[in-house]
Amino acid sequence: MSTRHHFEYVGTRPIRHDGVDKVTGRAAFGADFSLPGMLYGAVVRSPHAHARIVSIDTSAAEAVPGVKAIVTGRDIPKTNKKVWLGGEGALDLGDMGDNALAHEKVLYDGHAIAAVAASTLEAAREAARLVRIEYDVLEPAMTLERALAADAPILHPEMTTGGKPIPGATGPTNIAARMEIKRGDVDAGFAEADVIVEHEFRTPMVHQGYIEPHATVARVGADGRIIVWTTTQGPFLVRDACAGILHLDAANVRVVPSEIGGGFGGKIPVYLEPLAIVLSQKSGRPVKMVMDRSDVFRATGPTSGCHIVMKMGAKRDGTLVAASASMWYEAGAYKGSPYGAAAMCALACYNVPNFFVEAYDVVVNKPKVAAYRAPGSPMSTLATESLMDELARRLEMDPIELRLKNAVATGDHAPYGPKYGPIGLRQVLEAVREHPHWSAPLGPNQGRGVACGFWFNGGMNSSATVSLDSDGSATVVTGNPDIGGTRAAQAMMVSEELGIPVERVRPVVGDTDTAGYTDLSAGSRVCYATGMAVIRAAEDVREQLRLRAAKIWKIEPDQVVWEGGQARSLVAGDDKQPLSVSAIAATLAKTGGPIVGRASLNAPMAGPAFAAHICDLELDRETGCSKIVRYTAIQDAGKAVHPSYVEGQMQGGAAQGIGWALNEEYIFNAKGTMENPGFLDYRMPVASDLPMIDTVIVEVANPSHPYGVRGVGEVPIVPPLAAVANAMRSVTGIRFGQMPMSPPRVLAETTTRREEPAVAMSS
Amino acid sequence: MSAIRYEAPTSISEAIRLMQADPAATVMAGGTDLLVQCRAGVKRPSAFIDIKRIADVMSVAIGPDGLRLGAAVCAAELSENRELRQLWPGIADAASLIGSTQIQGRGSIGGNLCNASPAADTPCSLIVNRAECLIAGPAGERRVPVEQFIVSPGKTVLGPGEFLVAVHVPLPRASTSDAYLRLTPRSEMDIAVVGSAVSLTLDAHGVCSDARVALAAVAPTPLLVPDAANALIGSRLDDAAMTRAADAASAAAHPIDDKRGTIAYRRQIAGVLTRRAAAIACRRVKGGY
Amino acid sequence: MATDVSRIHVETTINGEPVEFLCEGHDTLLMALRDAVGLTGTKEGCSTGDCGACSVMLDGRLVPSCLVLAPEAQGRAVTTIEGIAKDGKLHPLQQQFLQHAALQCGICTPGFIVAAKALLDVNSNPTESEARYWLAGNLCRCTGYDKIIRAVLDAAAETQKVTV
Repeated sequence: MSTRHHFEYVGTRPIRHDGVDKVTGRAAFGADFSLPGMLYGAVVRSPHAHARIVSIDTSAAEAVPGVKAIVTGRDIPKTNKKVWLGGEGALDLGDMGDNALAHEKVLYDGHAIAAVAASTLEAAREAARLVRIEYDVLEPAMTLERALAADAPILHPEMTTGGKPIPGATGPTNIAARMEIKRGDVDAGFAEADVIVEHEFRTPMVHQGYIEPHATVARVGADGRIIVWTTTQGPFLVRDACAGILHLDAANVRVVPSEIGGGFGGKIPVYLEPLAIVLSQKSGRPVKMVMDRSDVFRATGPTSGCHIVMKMGAKRDGTLVAASASMWYEAGAYKGSPYGAAAMCALACYNVPNFFVEAYDVVVNKPKVAAYRAPGSPMSTLATESLMDELARRLEMDPIELRLKNAVATGDHAPYGPKYGPIGLRQVLEAVREHPHWSAPLGPNQGRGVACGFWFNGGMNSSATVSLDSDGSATVVTGNPDIGGTRAAQAMMVSEELGIPVERVRPVVGDTDTAGYTDLSAGSRVCYATGMAVIRAAEDVREQLRLRAAKIWKIEPDQVVWEGGQARSLVAGDDKQPLSVSAIAATLAKTGGPIVGRASLNAPMAGPAFAAHICDLELDRETGCSKIVRYTAIQDAGKAVHPSYVEGQMQGGAAQGIGWALNEEYIFNAKGTMENPGFLDYRMPVASDLPMIDTVIVEVANPSHPYGVRGVGEVPIVPPLAAVANAMRSVTGIRFGQMPMSPPRVLAETTTRREEPAVAMSS
Repeated sequence: MSAIRYEAPTSISEAIRLMQADPAATVMAGGTDLLVQCRAGVKRPSAFIDIKRIADVMSVAIGPDGLRLGAAVCAAELSENRELRQLWPGIADAASLIGSTQIQGRGSIGGNLCNASPAADTPCSLIVNRAECLIAGPAGERRVPVEQFIVSPGKTVLGPGEFLVAVHVPLPRASTSDAYLRLTPRSEMDIAVVGSAVSLTLDAHGVCSDARVALAAVAPTPLLVPDAANALIGSRLDDAAMTRAADAASAAAHPIDDKRGTIAYRRQIAGVLTRRAAAIACRRVKGGY
Repeated sequence: MATDVSRIHVETTINGEPVEFLCEGHDTLLMALRDAVGLTGTKEGCSTGDCGACSVMLDGRLVPSCLVLAPEAQGRAVTTIEGIAKDGKLHPLQQQFLQHAALQCGICTPGFIVAAKALLDVNSNPTESEARYWLAGNLCRCTGYDKIIRAVLDAAAETQKVTV
């Protein structure tokens, strides 16, 4: 497909259509919704990280005035269905259902066991406190080490290792799966290396940290029709998951997405929705459920903590010859960490002729992990980019030159197999080299780090309709919740295709009854894949307009072209004035009826995105406290439809990565209880922790998309861990493998260790 | 939270009457600690006795006697008071560090003292300024030095029917100033991992004639460290004296390991912050802040 | 376990208008605003005063409404996000947030705008650092704060031009 290069609307910065609602407090998020006669739900959660449920006695709870319904695992028979998400894998509904409401065992502190609906929230909470549960408490496996030990507490007795298990490993296990990717002969490769570096890395479990807690209202009608209003990244997924978990007919379930207050992958799974539905079924009333912040931390889907051991070898001139890595990723209570993506991303930026990467999916007694923005990649990239930094030091090479020497380009093979199409890593690295930040002098006690990163980006299924109104304005409807400004982007695409102003386009987020099937707002796919459907739907409108003009002029369709936002007659000697969209729209009723354009597609795998970040960090050597004093994010966006929102993704992802590198971590005590389930002690960056974050958008067009768009939302979180770790290395002389590099850790390391040479394994 | 009454007395005696009538009721100022604890089920009072409608508890007065600071005055109002900032910059430092701008619009020194957290920021700055707590109760009013007010984590000397009405801080002597510093992992919004308050008096020759040092978050209660103060008294606050004071602070600290800091880290930082706070206090004295 | 407590009748002013509502003694101002009065613009993010999403002004002072009791509003003036725009006209802060694309999901935006308004009320020309420290109590997870701070500083400059 040929990529368009001249744009009138795409690339500008209009005010977003939902903007006024959001700056005035009018926009309705999940918890803002209410229905008459509504009940309030509360959840009973396990205080134990690992236990068998012996008995549940709800009698005292039922006696609380105002209580209308109570549900336990008995009300939700187990299922073994799956929901397929195309390239993003499958979600196991059996696991998701057991996670929503435990059946035989509780597997983490906060695991839901029962739910109550009552006339007031207080009554529901009161009743929840009175549910009596007898547990047979078991030892939890709270670390990878414990989960992998020979005498490990086993979470799922029936679990066997999927993928490529180690031959000979038998018996009960917490390893849900193992995978490998390899190329060439890694031993021979290392034998050829002039320099080898190796290090171990550990990152903690961290949370996406969206500010809006999960919230749902469900109403089951007397006719069996179910409506669920919920804050979610995927209304169709909510419908299919709830239908699967609750053995319902999806045709009877309508899911209406609210505005969403952040997701980052964490609002893909369902948690409250199945509970609210069953409570509404049992009580005959609508039920509203909102999580409190403590529940969000304890019982939704953070991302994996992990342990990575990695080794890289290069020749004296900087050419990489070999790499090997072993990675263990925490899945939480049920299988399904991003171990595979982690392995595939680790070497995605470089041509490495020989490599062996293995990755393990390990269950532990922590909440089941969910996607968090480029799942798996930030951690494995921490390992790769830290080692590249060490190699550059050992080889006395400029860090950008070393990366450019090995950087993948069009036609090179990705580590997971396919050839890269046109990609922008080299251009991104060159932009780093040219950026004033790269050559700015550093002040005292400051260090600088650079790191690059990769994310595949997703395609998957999308639908769109574009309807034309008689006044020449248009409505575009898709099923993707607007997390970061995609409504504006969609309107801009319709404008571009039809030649009408952006303010004359109404972008609407539909629900599962009003929008065509659409996969999640995730995987950096909305602007790319749903955008593609929007463009095709607008093209459909444009084609109908062209045909309508022919009809109006009573000439053959092949005598009409569409140019510059107008229909023009090709008939020689014709003095017909070209017809604008408004002109044709005004005649619709008389010339054949309304015009609605539509498209639905399964988008090919989106163009991969590469980014590089530069981080300057200042260290207070006496306390171990550090401050980011300058930060620049450079990224290939293919084509930035609305540059402000692309910049916003880059800045937001960088901030999350900085928090991950410096202060964020789940802290569990020995019994497996989370000690910091709140914003006080789960330390996300605040405004005074960060400087302005400069951004540079590189555009190497993605040929799969008519405008060249690449997904932009996820790759920004991939480089920061390593960029910050490399800056810390620069100022302390110490390679930190353990995240976060919080002040006590930094002070402990800097007072016990002196400057270390790059870890040397051979001459 | 369930079924908690709300009362808003307009006089001290009315508040005492309400407390005596219902011993399970609790006094409330800004509520920034109290409401969080109630929500977590840690406290279950039968009623909130909101004292913010009592004029005596909400006023700030500076006179020849010193500062009389109403217990429920919010931290923001305190830091906005220019005269207070000039006379007791360390107290203003501490008040302006209690949480976010929003929290400072509510949180009070009285609440900070009565919550009696080992990590509280303001008690130490009050202690080094020789402040006293003014307590009202059924038996009348009494005064208790701040360093004796907090007995153990979460517990004060307040008896049944008693509540903290104000804090009194004597005017500082000439050539005296103070500072309060704390360490937090982020730039804002964290509970102190360690806090250090230092008050210094210099004589005409620049020699330290008086000093007080108090540490937060390194002991069950705010910790007055006479050894650190003595290391400074008689010195010109030279490097050696500062180091001795820092070492004394580290030695006196007996913190715990918790999710905010380790024992080793807190001991080390106690010394670092004491040295820095002393340097700031000294600069303030000399700079006539 | 229900005690015999009658509800409290509160008469207050919200965004310049007299408002009455009924509440329990332990209800928060946040709950009263959202549920009793129906002003859902103020958001609940954490209920422990750590995220700023519930920011309102009480007698002109910036406070976390999740830690204010509803009966405390008696006789006081409350300003919420719904009261920032006047007579249908957006405040410069709201305009600048839109211009700068200083919001992505928008959940933190009401809290930020109220907090930033409180800042400009006491400091009409803040530096970047002053703005960042004043707004440290407002968490945003989407933007990294860059565009928010730029919007606040530009709004300050704009309001200065008008008043000077």
